[in-house]
Amino acid sequence: MKKIEAIIKPFKLDDAKDGLAKMGVQGLTVSEVKGFGRQKGHTELYRGAEYVVDFLPKLKLEIVVPDEDAEKVVLALQEACHTGKIGDGKIFVLPVDDAVRIRTGEHGDAAIASS
Amino acid sequence: MFRRPLTRTVLTGAALLAASWLAPGDAFAQEEEFDTALFTANNIWMMLSAALVFVMHLGFAMVESGLTRAKNTTNILFKNTFIPCVGILTYFLCGFNLMYPGEFNGFFGFAGFGISGGFAEGANTPSYASGGYTYWTDFLFQAMFAATAATIVSGAVAERVKLGSFMIFSTIFVGLVYPIAGSWKWGKGFLDAAGFYDFAGSTLVHSVGGWAALVGTLVLGARIGKYGKSGDVHPMPGHSMPLATIGVFLLWLGWFGFNGGSVLSADPALTSFVLVTTSLAAAAGCMGAILAYSFVSSKPDLSMALNGILAGLVGITAGADVINPTTSILVGFIAGGLVVASVLLVDKIKIDDPVGAISVHLVCGIWGTLAVGLFSTNPDHSLAIQAYGVLCYAVFTVLCAAILFVGLKVTIGLRVSEEEELEGLDLGEHGMRAYDLTGSPGFMEESGGSMKGVSLASQKLVRNEN
Repeated sequence: MKKIEAIIKPFKLDDAKDGLAKMGVQGLTVSEVKGFGRQKGHTELYRGAEYVVDFLPKLKLEIVVPDEDAEKVVLALQEACHTGKIGDGKIFVLPVDDAVRIRTGEHGDAAIASS
Repeated sequence: MFRRPLTRTVLTGAALLAASWLAPGDAFAQEEEFDTALFTANNIWMMLSAALVFVMHLGFAMVESGLTRAKNTTNILFKNTFIPCVGILTYFLCGFNLMYPGEFNGFFGFAGFGISGGFAEGANTPSYASGGYTYWTDFLFQAMFAATAATIVSGAVAERVKLGSFMIFSTIFVGLVYPIAGSWKWGKGFLDAAGFYDFAGSTLVHSVGGWAALVGTLVLGARIGKYGKSGDVHPMPGHSMPLATIGVFLLWLGWFGFNGGSVLSADPALTSFVLVTTSLAAAAGCMGAILAYSFVSSKPDLSMALNGILAGLVGITAGADVINPTTSILVGFIAGGLVVASVLLVDKIKIDDPVGAISVHLVCGIWGTLAVGLFSTNPDHSLAIQAYGVLCYAVFTVLCAAILFVGLKVTIGLRVSEEEELEGLDLGEHGMRAYDLTGSPGFMEESGGSMKGVSLASQKLVRNEN
């Protein structure tokens, strides 16, 4: 199994979800996160004074899929979240040792597959 | 905004006009026995004006909470709740009779505690104020006015002032300083005798509050982190532009009573005229601020446009009845430009005023008072006398505010601890958040491990399992 972590622009969530649904992805966890990359934040203006927002709001998606699906899912995400402008985000792929479905106690691929 | 004394001069004319409007050709007969219907109509308008000025306190509360950070919202709302309440009580106790002592030396007079004058013979008949209103209406309208001066200070010292110290300050300020200062003009004191003019309080209310706000911010110092060591400004954006917008519109609404009621009768021509100049100046103030800010940034700033409306309103307040509609647009427009320049300048010299109270109420209050000297249709008004009035109020208010603020600073302390300021005054002063999401799905206590964010049912479950 692989865990795919994607840091994306917040307004791309719907596109990402639709793209993943087409791939048959069964589950998705989203969290609101903040951070910076090469973009290094941006400036905002309040009552005449500029200030730098160091940490930009992004969304983090976490998806766990069987090894063989990982590449396709990453590609789908990359296409869905792409605008071509700086700040589009990153996708990370990590190995996963095991997974457990809490309701049934199933382990491994069975825990993340649709039954 | 005078009481009895002036109404004899100005309002008798107005009443005659109004009486002739009700009963053409019978004006002289009406002078002695005032028309009851007219008296009632006048009094209703004055009570409605008092209610409108009351709404301004909600406006101030919304503007101030919107333009400050979420962690200090309960605190600023508490201050805005306390001020009108203590204001009306102190005005009952001594304020009313300090501000309108009757015959006095022109600087300080006191006609006694309480408002039992309302039971005197004729206090609630047309003979009290040329048929403009009753004694009770008079008290209520003036009491609603009084607290606004202290509310102005609240915004400027927000996010760092100790609650108890501020409560002491505002009680004394609204109970003693404002009425004594007010008596100099509206109570027929020495400034009135000198020919100084302030229709509804550009100076008497707004710059008095503004001077105290300036002194308060100077004695307190800036909020932690507002100014960097190299002189850079770190903005602390207000947490709710919708609240700030609601507040400004409520203030504009309230100003119909603030200025409209200052006519001191429902005189058809004069009240409607005053509402026109008031609204034109407010609208022009917004335009002036938008234009001025466009030289600073290509993106319009809502908080500046809102401050511009207030600037226009404060600016026209001194001369709403003596400045022509066309000129009122100019007065408001300049006030709007002034407020933007002033906000930027105040920041530049590192005076930390979170809501722009100094710029709106002090700077535009002075401008409006001087504008009477420049544009008044009454040839008796002069720029020199207006400036003299501004100066008198500056000296007195700065002195009083400095004594109060410095006195509080060296005794019980004026500022919350650094830790409390960083955590927010809501928890530090009140132990209560303004926006408490405890119990909402997905909400977790910051400290973790606490049971506060968990529903009662699941808490019970966990306890049973233990």
